[in-house]
Amino acid sequence: MQKDYFNMELLRFTTAGSVDDGKSTLIGRLLYDSKTIFEDQLDAVKRTSKQKGLDHIDLSLLTDGLKAEREQGITIDVAYRYFSTPKRKFIIADTPGHIQYTRNMVTGASTANLAIILIDARKGVLEQTRRHAIIASLLKIPHVVVCVNKMDLVNFEEEIYENIVQDFKNFSAKLEIPDVHFVPISALLGDNVVKRSQHTDWYGGPTLMYLLENVYIASDYNHIDCRFPVQYVIRPHTTEYHDYRGYAGRIASGIFKPGDEVLVLPSGFTSKIKSIDTFEGPVEAAFAPMSVSMTLEDEIDISRGDMIVRPKNQPKVSQDLEVIICWLNPKGPVPRAKYYIRHTTREARAMITDIQYKMDINTLHRLEGDKDIQMNDIARVSIRTTAPMFFDSYRKNRFTGSLILVDENTNETVAAGMII
Amino acid sequence: MTYNYNLNHLKELESEAIYIIREVVAQFEKPVLMFSGGKDSIVMTHLARKAFFPARIPFPLLHIDTGHNFEETIRFRDELMAEIGANLIVGSVQASIDQGRVQEEKGWNASRNGLQTVTLLDALEEYKFDAALGGARRDEEKARAKERFFSHRDEFGQWDPKNQRPELWNLFNGRKKMGEHFRVFPISNWTEMDIWQYIKHDQVKIPSLYFSHKRPCFVREGVILAYADFMQLKEEETVKEMQVRFRTIGDITCTGAIQSEANSLDDIIQEVATSRITERGGRADDKRSETSMEDRKKLGYF
Ligand SMILES: Nc1nc2c(ncn2[C@@H]2O[C@H](COP(=O)(O)OP(=O)(O)O)[C@@H](O)[C@H]2O)c(=O)[nH]1
Repeated sequence: MQKDYFNMELLRFTTAGSVDDGKSTLIGRLLYDSKTIFEDQLDAVKRTSKQKGLDHIDLSLLTDGLKAEREQGITIDVAYRYFSTPKRKFIIADTPGHIQYTRNMVTGASTANLAIILIDARKGVLEQTRRHAIIASLLKIPHVVVCVNKMDLVNFEEEIYENIVQDFKNFSAKLEIPDVHFVPISALLGDNVVKRSQHTDWYGGPTLMYLLENVYIASDYNHIDCRFPVQYVIRPHTTEYHDYRGYAGRIASGIFKPGDEVLVLPSGFTSKIKSIDTFEGPVEAAFAPMSVSMTLEDEIDISRGDMIVRPKNQPKVSQDLEVIICWLNPKGPVPRAKYYIRHTTREARAMITDIQYKMDINTLHRLEGDKDIQMNDIARVSIRTTAPMFFDSYRKNRFTGSLILVDENTNETVAAGMII
Repeated sequence: MTYNYNLNHLKELESEAIYIIREVVAQFEKPVLMFSGGKDSIVMTHLARKAFFPARIPFPLLHIDTGHNFEETIRFRDELMAEIGANLIVGSVQASIDQGRVQEEKGWNASRNGLQTVTLLDALEEYKFDAALGGARRDEEKARAKERFFSHRDEFGQWDPKNQRPELWNLFNGRKKMGEHFRVFPISNWTEMDIWQYIKHDQVKIPSLYFSHKRPCFVREGVILAYADFMQLKEEETVKEMQVRFRTIGDITCTGAIQSEANSLDDIIQEVATSRITERGGRADDKRSETSMEDRKKLGYF
């Protein structure tokens, strides 16, 4: 098995659904059918199923969480799960579907290539479904798979499925979701999850697993706009590498090659890339999301938080940012409160200078005049920073367009921001 | 020459881990890498070397020595440190016992695994480490599935699952108050299989314990344990020579072996692929109760 495992790709996805739509069962099913479940785990689940008086194995228990939550019988945070097939390794950010947990969904969505949105076939598109789709679109998740679940409870009827698909399409047309797929499934029985269903002759599309394995993700990274946030400066101070000065970091976007002319922000100095080094030796090209160390032809003073770009393709440079934020903390922002802002490898202090409007996360409508931001709220704000930031719009670049705000007193991460 | 601007899953995981290790050095004053001698901490050490090449690893490695180690682990550790020129600090559980900081467990299942927590926290405090890098992975155990890359600990070293900071994109928040510290887990997203594939791909050296060998063992409560001369046997237990290997390496008193003929990395990868038991399934310390890892974690265990 997996002889070719040096050629596997990584796909990160998140799952969203309202309570009881079957999210845990679906994840359990994916883990079970991809043979990721071990005997001792299965034994524990069998034991618990029995204790609960169930006559079947409750696959949803496989994704069960922490003790306190187990007692409360709910999931309250993002949990990560792993499975792989010979083609891809998958990381699931499993987030709960409660109304109050927009923040968890945003967290899980921030790193995802793909979102699975679950709909109960008996209930159709609900307010929560809209919210999940809106969050996927706000966070710019490139691919969405809408799973119409519990098809077994509606006799696998085509018409019911088609109506739901149409409903979803009608409303999502206003959103920016580049790639949407629909699959009729039964998570409980396994129909169209990994194996094709015997009950949906009318459905000509692929199974969920086929989509997960084959969705084209190579273009999810931005390979056009060269952005290299400097994370750390490597200075070996050894005889062999006496004058070595390597700018270490992870490529945010674009493709860098030795010989390329580059410009350093904020100084504006230009130079050429001398080498791009890794432990295995120099490489001929570096692209997102590689971690490398770059050396330049000229000695320039560069430190953490600086950004190396191409002279003819520069990010915006400003101390004023227009941002869509999701508030993550139980305590809302107070007027003129100050925060630390983290953006790429750069940190500064920041102030929310204006709250322009809040957004109704179920309809995308602007709530003009409502400026009372609470946990789980999405709002458009203006932020002023103490030092210039080098950024692109989130739409163009998920890495140079995203930021977090950190409370100066509690040190908690209180907001996630996407630059407009 | 045309390029394929795509990383395979191992390279992407490696790049993520290197990014996080560098982030720790940039954000903290005094980081340390917790080195257990097991494959995960060996891979961590390998990644740390890569992260700072051509410089040396800019922080020390900390080994919490329970005094009940496999000889092979210690020999391997010392050879590795010599090879990479790293600075090793050893925290001794025996010393904690001698100083009366902890009490040795009694009874048949006595283990020093729980005592490590005190020695670890003492060492972190003594050296004023403010970030401890560890090789824990989220797939190891349920309680770890929600662990953050940057895991905040209060001034008692405790983990509060409800009070962890949300982590978005690749933005990590290591801000803390005096006396608090962080545990950081750069290989959170790796599975046991990823670790083995990576060890094979990068030809990372690992202790011989992971490969099939003959050694004196005995069976207790269904778990095969290696015999060492300080161990007490129950009447019905007998020591016999067995062909075994270990999937994880910890304290010798509670690390279960599996009967195996696997003596190459390909054999091991094949075995892991077809194995029906989780790697921690063999650890006596996890069997005590279904939530035991979670309980120990809250107290400051790795
Ligand atoms: N009949 C049927 N029941 C399902 C299906 N998927 C989930 N369920 C049941 O719906 C209930 C809620 O499922 P669960 O996975 O816990 O939902 P979650 O709250 O979204 O995680 C459980 O009783 C499941 O057994 C399905 O496809 N068909």
